[in-house]
Amino acid sequence: MTSIRHHISDDMLDAYRDGSVPHGFGVVIAAHLSLCDQCRARQEAQDMVGGAFLQRAEGASLRPDARERMMAALDLPQPSPPPRASGVFPAAVMRELGGRPPRWRMLGGGIRQQILSADSDGSLRLLYIPPGKAVPEHGHHGRELTLVLQGSFSDSAGSFHRGDVETANAEVDHQPLAGDGPPCICLAATDAPLRFHALVPRLLQPIFRI
Amino acid sequence: MDDLSPQSRDLIAVRDSRDRAAFGRLFDHFAPRLKSMMLRGGLRDGSADDVVQDVMLAVWHKAGQFDPHRADAAGWIYGIARNRRIDLARRRPLAQPDDMPEIESMEPDAAQILALQQEVRHLSEALARLPLEQAEALRAAYFDDTPQSRISEATGLPLGTIKSRIRLGLERLRHELRKIAP
Ligand SMILES: [Zn+2]
Repeated sequence: MTSIRHHISDDMLDAYRDGSVPHGFGVVIAAHLSLCDQCRARQEAQDMVGGAFLQRAEGASLRPDARERMMAALDLPQPSPPPRASGVFPAAVMRELGGRPPRWRMLGGGIRQQILSADSDGSLRLLYIPPGKAVPEHGHHGRELTLVLQGSFSDSAGSFHRGDVETANAEVDHQPLAGDGPPCICLAATDAPLRFHALVPRLLQPIFRI
Repeated sequence: MDDLSPQSRDLIAVRDSRDRAAFGRLFDHFAPRLKSMMLRGGLRDGSADDVVQDVMLAVWHKAGQFDPHRADAAGWIYGIARNRRIDLARRRPLAQPDDMPEIESMEPDAAQILALQQEVRHLSEALARLPLEQAEALRAAYFDDTPQSRISEATGLPLGTIKSRIRLGLERLRHELRKIAP
């Protein structure tokens, strides 16, 4: 496991735990937890507290045939398992990709992207940035979480490698620059549509969904 | 592995040899507790029974991932139940981290397993010592599994107050833990 330096914030992890995060943030956080033993351990420690409450709980009585039905259900065939991790992509990302490799769209300058989902809750996309190239400068209406899956990028907040997450809020205007080495592949989620300063006029944003 | 809780031992028997009797004991122990967790989370009686079935079936199928170095049976089963409950309330299921690698090939580390069991015992003692208000805040967040925003709506307290009560509760829990296990 590499040394991850940029983690999920407490507030964001709380929101993931209680299920109130929008879909895209959930995928980024699940992908980070797949790569980061430290945050995974934070999660598991919380489950221990929950487990202690469960252990101390007074039981409620079940339907009389509950045990019988349970034992009979053990022999039923299992539903087919969801896609597994593949290459640099954790299982949560493979699931968004429908179990297939990415189908990139060219954005210009060698930069590619695939939008995984976009709706009123925000957007989720994969970005592919060749070494030394920059993602077009953009600001956010909402927050943005960006997780590095391959290579690295850097911006005013520091440098980010595989497993690192950058959390940017509405005030930040940033221009991530891909590092040397393999192309940077990252997973980016917003909880509001992005607004770009260049490359694509804002009027077209709803059409291009970026 | 005499230091394991009976439930963790049963879960390992399910994991390693698909032991149905052990699973039956786990069901007898956890199913009524899970049902009360689901009822406190706001599910109606009939659907709570169905969700408990789902959760215990997932325990049977996912037992291969249970690792006593990382969790005890109660914490591990709680995690499955928490996810199931969350997905009932969501439009799309919450994304999940990769499965932990199956651990059949790994030699168990008795010292680490023992340390974890001890921590679980200490945690339970520390919970019993918490002041009521903090114990309630933690219970609402962990056992009732109510999102913090909904606790805030239900109690009329601002979200910040809820957050700080939960944090205080956890802080106090750490403090108690240090007293029990310095
Ligand atoms: Zn982390």
